[in-house]
Amino acid sequence: MSTTIEQPRQFCTLGGQQSVVAIERAIPIVHGGPGCSNKLFGGMAFFNGFQGSGYAGGNAVPGTNSCEKDIVFGGEKRLREVIDGALKVMDGDMFVVLTGCTADLVGDDTATVVSEYRERGVPIVHASTGGFKGNNYRGHELVVEAIIDQYLEPADRLNPNLVNVWSVLPYQDTFWAGNLQAIRQLLEGLGLEANILFGHDSGGIDAWKKIPAAAFNIVLSPWTGLSIAEKLKQRFGTPYLHYPVLPIGAVETSKFLRSVGEFAELRKEDVEQFIEKQEAYFYHYLDRSADFFMEMRWDLPAWFINVSDSFYSLGISRFLVNELALKPGRQFITDNPPEEFRKELIRQFATLKEKVSAEVTFTHDGGEIANALRNEKFDQPPLVIGTSWDRDVAKQIGGYHLSIALPITDRLVLDRAYVGYAGGLRLVEDIYGAVLTTY
Amino acid sequence: MALVNLANSNIQTREQRLGSIISYEGTAAELAQISRDGQLRDRTRSFTQISSCASSCAICLLSLIQDAAVVNHAPLGCAADFSMFNLVNRYGQFKRGITPANAHLVSSNLTETDTIFGGVAKLEQAVRDAHERFHPKAIFITASCASAITGEDVDSVADSLEIELGIPVVTVHCEGFRSKVWTTGFDVAYHAILRKIVKPPQTKRPELINIITFWGDDVFTELFSKLGLVANLIVPFSNIEKISRLSESGATVQMCSTLGTYLASGLESLYGVPEIKAPPPYGLAGTDAWLRALGRVAHKEAEVEALIASEREAIADELTELRKELKGLTGYVAAGSVHGHSLASVLRELGMNVAGGCFWHHDPNFDNQDPAADSLEHVVKTYGDFPVSICNKQSYEVVNQLRRLKPDVFIVRHPGMAVWGGKLGIPTFLVEDEHFGLAYRGLLRFGRKIADAVNNPSFYQHLAKHTRLPYTDWWLRQGSATFLGAEE
Repeated sequence: MSTTIEQPRQFCTLGGQQSVVAIERAIPIVHGGPGCSNKLFGGMAFFNGFQGSGYAGGNAVPGTNSCEKDIVFGGEKRLREVIDGALKVMDGDMFVVLTGCTADLVGDDTATVVSEYRERGVPIVHASTGGFKGNNYRGHELVVEAIIDQYLEPADRLNPNLVNVWSVLPYQDTFWAGNLQAIRQLLEGLGLEANILFGHDSGGIDAWKKIPAAAFNIVLSPWTGLSIAEKLKQRFGTPYLHYPVLPIGAVETSKFLRSVGEFAELRKEDVEQFIEKQEAYFYHYLDRSADFFMEMRWDLPAWFINVSDSFYSLGISRFLVNELALKPGRQFITDNPPEEFRKELIRQFATLKEKVSAEVTFTHDGGEIANALRNEKFDQPPLVIGTSWDRDVAKQIGGYHLSIALPITDRLVLDRAYVGYAGGLRLVEDIYGAVLTTY
Repeated sequence: MALVNLANSNIQTREQRLGSIISYEGTAAELAQISRDGQLRDRTRSFTQISSCASSCAICLLSLIQDAAVVNHAPLGCAADFSMFNLVNRYGQFKRGITPANAHLVSSNLTETDTIFGGVAKLEQAVRDAHERFHPKAIFITASCASAITGEDVDSVADSLEIELGIPVVTVHCEGFRSKVWTTGFDVAYHAILRKIVKPPQTKRPELINIITFWGDDVFTELFSKLGLVANLIVPFSNIEKISRLSESGATVQMCSTLGTYLASGLESLYGVPEIKAPPPYGLAGTDAWLRALGRVAHKEAEVEALIASEREAIADELTELRKELKGLTGYVAAGSVHGHSLASVLRELGMNVAGGCFWHHDPNFDNQDPAADSLEHVVKTYGDFPVSICNKQSYEVVNQLRRLKPDVFIVRHPGMAVWGGKLGIPTFLVEDEHFGLAYRGLLRFGRKIADAVNNPSFYQHLAKHTRLPYTDWWLRQGSATFLGAEE
């Protein structure tokens, strides 16, 4: 297999800066070359649904802009200058220093520099995110783990109602803001207090301080975030529920809520009552437009192909098979899951339904994906649910196309969510909207 | 020393070659003067926000060459701007009537193991993949911080694959840490083009005029046809065959020397293609001077005079109206050096005042070392002085100045900076198309755009009411040059 990456759909560990930007009033400080942070802002935020700078992202991010002499003589002095300035200039509650390739390759002792500030009482942590170390899924975990290790203190008292949510990646998931809100609303519907930690009205630094007080953690993700939950278990003894499927639509969302109810030992009747109401809402609209699904789908795609990370490829596949009765083609998983999670993902796709299964390819090389798609045979036009990169190949194979994953440059995304009951309806609207606009 | 050394794959950075700086606060007249006197020194800036690097400039330019491919030899994060260049490419193709298609970009995807054991095999694989997938006429390998610090011999890979594949394979030394001025990325990209793409002339085509552009709309073809000249827009949306024959053209013009300085001078010094040394074609005075300089070299003096007269005549009435409407308004311009000077000219030509200008760097000279091309001096001499600061996109300084100067409109050329004006409630727009205000008719387009922005500021007003800046009150009370230190 080739190691080349065409049409990147994920970036490097330093992409964790966008997770810092997503924490209210947190300020990233990038100790790296002059272009890294700006490139990642472009790739993860702007040219991804046109998510913008936010509070302290984009060109507001303090950075050392390391140049030749910082490479030769070390960049620790410059880092101190920039931190000193940031503490005066930037109005923030927490600072996260992230290193790029340059600082990590020349061996700057960033951890020591940052710990000196922390010892003076400055709320500042350091994540070693030199871009060669991995992708930004790992970068997200490194940022969160740095805050846990270097900033959080054990809680005096547990809050039996509080649950921390570790799910989609801020900015990498173009719909993260809406999705996290939707998860919060679902958990609140069960009577829980959901600590979503990222995005509007998520509580900023105070919410992060509450993490150790939670009754449990939810990892609503195929694999990303498990290391976070493990760390919290080790450090604070907090148990966690791992639900590997992003719940989209009624079937999966209800299943998710029942799992949470069971794990949290909630009253079964309360859980069922909430689910019943939500399902009634969801199916009301499918029922009302049932004519469309009977009459207009004769020329609409039966085949669907996901080209997205394991969150969406699995979540959307389950939804489209279980609720819209579409046929899965080959599914492309683009977040490069660690080897130990691949077997389970393959099994999940192999057992989408009793008589329905899908083959899986793990790759994030757009060239390989496009080549594979061109070699597939479809008896009806397939629907490619992927990124803006995939528009060309969708057209070449006579298919339809919807962008739902990074990079998205053909849609503007504000607070749209695909998670949950309402999220499922949005996805149905967007899929058939993309199909109908063809004519 | 000759400007272009084709034997060397690398060149000096802009700060080494031209004495370029990224820190200054003062006025346009002072800056022009000390630049002319050779007294310009950069200052330290202790607190900095993130900037941009040479690799973005290089990858962008080269990936817009329609039948080339770019291999970025770097960790995958350095490819985070691919989707931007892809959109720029598709947008430009759409506007030019070409079917939009994905840009020819790949990453060698360096990882931790490669930083220890070397990434040469991955680079070779990536170049071969790019060749097989895109069938390009040339492949550019853009080097990165990681590939340089770990000591990868990219040049050898390029040379051996060039023989294997039978097309030019060229290294581009755009490592991010090498230069504090990101436009060095343009220079190294053009150096790669001069080194392995441009061929000695087989014939001379005096009517063909190279125009060094970025992705802006083609406003030149029609204008030049009136002079009996053929516009050859390079290098975006051009192709390798056309670029290989740049040495045959009658002259090279630029609309922004910040972009084209190295290529224009390189073509003159290597192949005697005259570089038109003139202020940029923005504002009446600049456009007149630019066209006349071209006319002299292309022997089209009479045609140029007729064109100037007819173009001025065509816009006269509407320009008078616009000047009346915009009279007395103030604008703050922020852009990459020469284009910033051009925007200031446009504002002044429209009867507005320049509240201030922020330019991302300053070149005291261009590669041609010719004062006739000094765009800053041209603005000052033609339109008078105005406050200037030089910063490499330090948004904290820009916000500080905008709050103090309270301009009626904020005009930006560079993504990621406009938002900070909008958040202050100032009508703001990005000059996405660098030719938007160019020449005579551009003045009208630009003036109408400003009038629209100023006449309905509702979006900016609501935004300002509901946003919070990430800056402390302390900072907003300081002078914007607080963190500038001693001369380096």
